[in-house]
This record gives sequence, structure tokens and C-alpha cells, in this order.
Amino acid sequence: MSDLGFPLAVLAELTHRCPLQCPYCSNPLALEAASAELTTAEWKGVIAEVAELGALQIHFSGGEPTARRDLEELVAAASESGLYTNLITAGVLLSRERLADLAKAGLDHVQLSFQDSEAAGCDRIGGHKGGFDKKLDCARWTVELGLPLTLNMVVHRQNLEHLPQMLELAERLQARRVEIAHVQYYGWAYLNRAALMPTRQQLEAATAVVEAARERLKGVLVIDYVVPDYYARRPKSCMGGWGRQFLNISPAGKVLPCHAAESITTLTFDRVGDKSLREIWLHSPAFEAYRGTAWMPEPCRSCERREIDWGGCRCQAFALTGEAATVDPACALSPMHEAMQDLATAESASAEREFTYRTRKAGVAATRAPEPIDG
Amino acid sequence: MSAPETARERITITEQSVPGLPAGVKLRFDKQRDQWVILAPERLFVLDAIALEIVKRCDGQASVGAIVDELAATFAAPRDVILKDVGALLQDLADKRILAASGAA
Repeated sequence: MSDLGFPLAVLAELTHRCPLQCPYCSNPLALEAASAELTTAEWKGVIAEVAELGALQIHFSGGEPTARRDLEELVAAASESGLYTNLITAGVLLSRERLADLAKAGLDHVQLSFQDSEAAGCDRIGGHKGGFDKKLDCARWTVELGLPLTLNMVVHRQNLEHLPQMLELAERLQARRVEIAHVQYYGWAYLNRAALMPTRQQLEAATAVVEAARERLKGVLVIDYVVPDYYARRPKSCMGGWGRQFLNISPAGKVLPCHAAESITTLTFDRVGDKSLREIWLHSPAFEAYRGTAWMPEPCRSCERREIDWGGCRCQAFALTGEAATVDPACALSPMHEAMQDLATAESASAEREFTYRTRKAGVAATRAPEPIDG
Repeated sequence: MSAPETARERITITEQSVPGLPAGVKLRFDKQRDQWVILAPERLFVLDAIALEIVKRCDGQASVGAIVDELAATFAAPRDVILKDVGALLQDLADKRILAASGAA
């Protein structure tokens, strides 16, 4: 691939430890233990490689990245090497002093998650009592310290009715941006799909609310909107194509083509330190597996959209069919498409409200390949 | 290169506006790809030669009118054409919340 450059942004998942237990967490079911995490020196080596290879932004995520006591040091290292630094946090472990220290270390942007627009829902969905009030404090401090604030809102059947209030909250907290992201169903979210799947009517109503808000709040609040694809006709261009634009480093240093890639249990991943990041990006078998179009079966291979959506999402194909190198069922050309939509429709109408919360124990119990659907 | 956050309403760029990059928005040369970019929250904008000439003058000191005067002199181009281009670009950046402006009085 002659046009393959190094990614512009890298996601550094510093830890899988987290005080929240969101049932749609993007971490794998098999959560890494603290003892498996890269050391401060190892992360600094990774940051230097990331900058050297030409990335411009680094996102510090988790788990909860503020659970690492060396976060200030890592932010400083990234900032000094010229990277734009972004903190993706639940906000509940931060004090005003620590946030000020992070700002002083060169932090450029704070992305703060809210699980709902009000305390009861936020604390129940996140599985963390008192979390909502701490998040409000964190948002206020971020703005007071002069850092740009983005609110991250993951939406699903159990909080979509509050979407207008979520947008009001973002406006009230003086966020510059808000991300309204429908749940994507891999790992934990796949496990909790029946409790999360929105109805088609909810999805349509949400899209209308977002479009109206974008008009009303133009120049005040930037709204990014991620739609779910269980009701789509064409798959999303997942990660802008596997191994083309994105790279994720796990707490233990595994280099992943996307944050859900470990859900494809047939893949093995290289680790930082064992090889250079450049070597891994260019030649790691996990990156080469679905890069470009050569891996594609029909109807993808001869599809005129093959370099637009890159065959959709490999993790979704694997979760739903048991085979990653097949058509993403979100595509209307997939033989599984109708079964996927029927599944979404049926689950969205279910009365299920109970979650399997994200805990290490639940992850161990659930670590098995998800059941494919019958097509 | 920073300008204060403005009130919670849409900025309207006029000749009197004094534009600057707010906190968390950075103009940077991307040497790997030989291009100028604006880095912003979850965003990256590649600047063409014209946009770069405009953005690098947004220092929180010069007004839009002064920037336009300077560009018209530097590039020997009609002022009204430049004013239109500069106004459109800066309004677009302001609407994306990657430009602040003060002194619009």
C-alpha cells in the first residue's frame, strides 16, 4: 500500500481500571490487570515513537486514565514532543488541583463522559453512586481552568428520552463540543445488547433532535453524532478502513487496529517493545489481515463502494457471523442483513432493563466468542 | 496567539472583530506531511496556502479590517475580494468553535 501513512492520532489506553462499570464499555471482556500495565518508562518510550512516526494527536484513555498516578508525567512527555494531548475521562477521580496540574503539564483538551442528563440515570448506568455530581464539578473546573471541554454521551434505549436534556447540559456546562454516540455493539455492549438497543422510532427521533440542535446552536456547540448501524442499509467506514488510519495501544502494550479488535479471537497482536511501532504498523499480521481490499470476499471485492466503506466493520462481522473476513451484516448486500435487522427490532421491543455491568469478574464469566445469529 | 473565550452565543465576524485561536486550538507545521494544520479537540484541519496566510495573522491583536488591509497590500489584490474571502473563512472557523473573536464593537 503505497499511500499508507502513519496515523494522525493514536489512542493510548493506559489502564483498564475504572471506577465506573458502564455496560457498553469499549474495553474487551477480558480486562487487563494492573500488574500487566506498561510502566511509566515504557509508556514514555511509546509516546516518543508515536511522535517520531508523525502522529499529531494522542488520546489518553482507559479504563480511567486518571487512575494512573503518572498521568501528569505522560501528558508532559507527549506535550513536550509536540503532540496535541486529549484526556478521555469519567471525571470522578479528579480534583481541581490535579486537573490544574494536568493543564500545567500541557493538557490540551478534556473529554468528559456523562451516562445520562440527570443523577439517577447517570449513576445507575455508570454503576457509580455519586458520579454525576463529581462530573459536574469536573466540567466546571475544566472550563474555569480555560481548557476546552467536550462532553461524551453514549446513547441507547434507556437514556435516549433525555437527549434534549443532554444537549441542554452540554450547553449549560459551556462545553465547546458534545459527542452523541449511539452504542456500537461489540464486547460489553454485545453482551448487553437486549437492554440497550434503541427502537427505530427512537433512532429517528434522536436524529431529528440532533439536526434541530445543530441548527439552533450553530457556532455555540459543535455536535458530533455517531449513528448505530443495526438499522442501516450500508455499513460504516469503520476506522476509515482496517489498519489505514488508526492505531490503539492497550494497557499491556498490545498494538490494535481498533479498540474492539481483541473481540476477534482468531487474531494475535504484537506488543510495543518487542518490535518498533513502525514495524508493527506496517507488517503486524493483525494489521495486514484486513487491510485494503485483498482480503475481501464477494460481494465486497467487486463492490464500487469497496474503498469507501472498506467492507464495514470486521468486529461486527465476527460478532454476528463468527467470521471476520465476511460481509458486515450492516450491509444490505449481506445474506445476514435481514436477520440482523429482525434481531434489532425484536430486542428493541424487549422489556429487558438489567445490565451485566463491566467488572473483571463478569468479564471472565463472559469471555467466550459471542453466539452468531442464525441467517 | 490566544484570544478570550467569548459569550455563549454565535460570533459574527465583522471588520472590527479581533480574531485569535482559543485555548486548545493550535496552528502547527506537520513536517512528516509537509503541511500546516490546525489541531483542535478531536479535529485536524489542513490549511491551504491562502488559509494559512489568514490564520497566522489571527493573533488576538489585529482586527479583521487590519488583516485584510495587510493581505491586500502584500498580495496586490482588490480589498473587497479579500474581505469577502477572509470573512467567509473566519466565520466558518468560528462556527466550528476553533476561532475566538473579541472587540466586535
